[in-house]
Amino acid sequence: MHNSIVLVKQVPDTSNISGQVMKEDGTVNRSKLPAIFNFEDKVALEFALQIKDRTGGKVTAITMGPPRASDILRECLYMGADDAYLITDRKFAGADTLATSYVLSEAVKKIGSFDFVFAGRQAIDGDTAQVGPQTAEKLGIPQITYAEEILDLEKECVRVKRKIDGGFEIVESKLPVLITVLKDAADPRPLSAKRLMAYKGAKSLLELEKLVEGNPLLYIDKLMYEYKNRSLFIPTLTADDLQIDISRCGIKGSPTKVYEVESVVLAGSNPMRFENSKNGMSQLIDILLEDRILG
Amino acid sequence: MSNLTNDVWVFIEQRDGRPAEVSFELLSKGRKLADSMSSLLKAVVIGDDVQTIAADTFRFGADEAVVVSHPQLKHYRTIPYSRILNSLVEERMPRIVLFGASVIGRDLAPRIASHTKSGLTADCTNLKVSDISYLGKEYKNLLLQIRPAFGGNIIATIITPDVHTQMATVREGVMEMHPLSHPHDVKITEVAYQPDGLDDLVTIVEQHRVESKVNLKSAPIIVAGGYGLGTRENFKLIHELAHVLGAEVGGSRAAVDAGFISHERQVGQTGVTVRPKLYFAIGISGAIQHRAGMQESKKIIAINTDADAPIFDVAHYGIVGDAADVIPKFIEAYKSKLK
Repeated sequence: MHNSIVLVKQVPDTSNISGQVMKEDGTVNRSKLPAIFNFEDKVALEFALQIKDRTGGKVTAITMGPPRASDILRECLYMGADDAYLITDRKFAGADTLATSYVLSEAVKKIGSFDFVFAGRQAIDGDTAQVGPQTAEKLGIPQITYAEEILDLEKECVRVKRKIDGGFEIVESKLPVLITVLKDAADPRPLSAKRLMAYKGAKSLLELEKLVEGNPLLYIDKLMYEYKNRSLFIPTLTADDLQIDISRCGIKGSPTKVYEVESVVLAGSNPMRFENSKNGMSQLIDILLEDRILG
Repeated sequence: MSNLTNDVWVFIEQRDGRPAEVSFELLSKGRKLADSMSSLLKAVVIGDDVQTIAADTFRFGADEAVVVSHPQLKHYRTIPYSRILNSLVEERMPRIVLFGASVIGRDLAPRIASHTKSGLTADCTNLKVSDISYLGKEYKNLLLQIRPAFGGNIIATIITPDVHTQMATVREGVMEMHPLSHPHDVKITEVAYQPDGLDDLVTIVEQHRVESKVNLKSAPIIVAGGYGLGTRENFKLIHELAHVLGAEVGGSRAAVDAGFISHERQVGQTGVTVRPKLYFAIGISGAIQHRAGMQESKKIIAINTDADAPIFDVAHYGIVGDAADVIPKFIEAYKSKLK
């Protein structure tokens, strides 16, 4: 039996970016962008579910993000996660990778006993690949980054194939360990229709509060009790819940600052244009030959 | 603290006892950064029997090589390497530490940054040192960590004003390697390795490495294709053109993600940076991340169906048209010239 905690992230769909999404301080106005489940984190969840299939145990997904990040937690439940936690607080906003890993590591400690922490290698909004290793360091556990495959699994150790520069290696690690996985390492299983029906009504505290706001007949305590009873409650962890050092969270706890943001204004070198014709090509090739770029 | 220095460090990465080129590229950049602060450039070399590598660093401007050598350290492993670097950084407080943005560098650097609570910026495309006024305060010798961000619409300059040690990773090929004609005197400082029980939590069972046959960096001509090619079938035209010209094949990230071409041939911020004599950008719209990896090519030919694609702004020659139509015409015209 092995318990896993999976770090997942809701990311702005960076393939759909327009100029208005940048705030003046250089951070990103995420609410202006379509939000998606970071794909490599889905692969990480798949790794955790496969371990559960193999030896049993529990899979817990956690995400740090704004309230709407509950969307991807529901997806985790549909795929097969046993539990999902939303780590959210205004004080966490604007966190760089160091501050993020601090909060995540504290949340992992709070959730408790685990053999594995899984995460995608990197998230598409920053591509830094830093949060995994930084979380492992703060938990004081080893890490295996760039994982491609779990080979053998025993009670207290695991054998993993991982990518290295120019090839691959097989490493053996004692548990617990944090593993970051590559995009192609596994195909995330499709959402289970049964689980989707079961969990589509799952809600976080913030979402329940919204329901209550619009309806004088509902009481938050009662609602929470009901949702918990039906296993439809997505627990929320705030800075207070985690009892952490606020000075290490959010913008305050982030050593990296955006000093300047330049929209990309191109020098606007006007290229010499050639017609899409045999004649056009011939002219271009003559120039290249003359300049000794070709030939 | 009195032991703060303005030293610039470069982590010298070795694989199977061979130094990674990116480390020497970073030394060349580090030399400039150190000169602008009138400080020292130090190479940190960890491995087994790495004295030759340490000696090599002086050809690229190192003032001192700090060497930790032990059979246990022959292959890179996260825990012992990060433990060693953590204590070196804490003891000697460098101002800047640079790592290659390789698998090793990206595994190691965040672990050190986390432990030493330093700032770290990944995949920088430029680095400068400057005195900065930020939020009403004056800061000396800040490292400007410049990188495209967020879908490529912006170039962000990141600073870490309130921590002493500033860290960055840089991809291979981004910085240029400049061997010195008069290398500095060799000054090697050996630091003893103190084994620790935690070092063996992870052990390497086996390792397989194949020398990559792809060498985009030194190819004089590169034909690169993008997502605009549309299908793997169409992407074959890129190979055909490359074959005719004796060129290497490259691709944009979108082409890699679409499965048209392997990652090792990706040109751009998160791939390889190239400076060939001639670069074809075909069906590549020209996102900043891609341009960051090719805009210093001597001549650039852009072929795109969209006459307003940003790639034309960095191109010297442009053809508006469909690759499936343009490439065969180009090949035919080229062949007829050679006759």
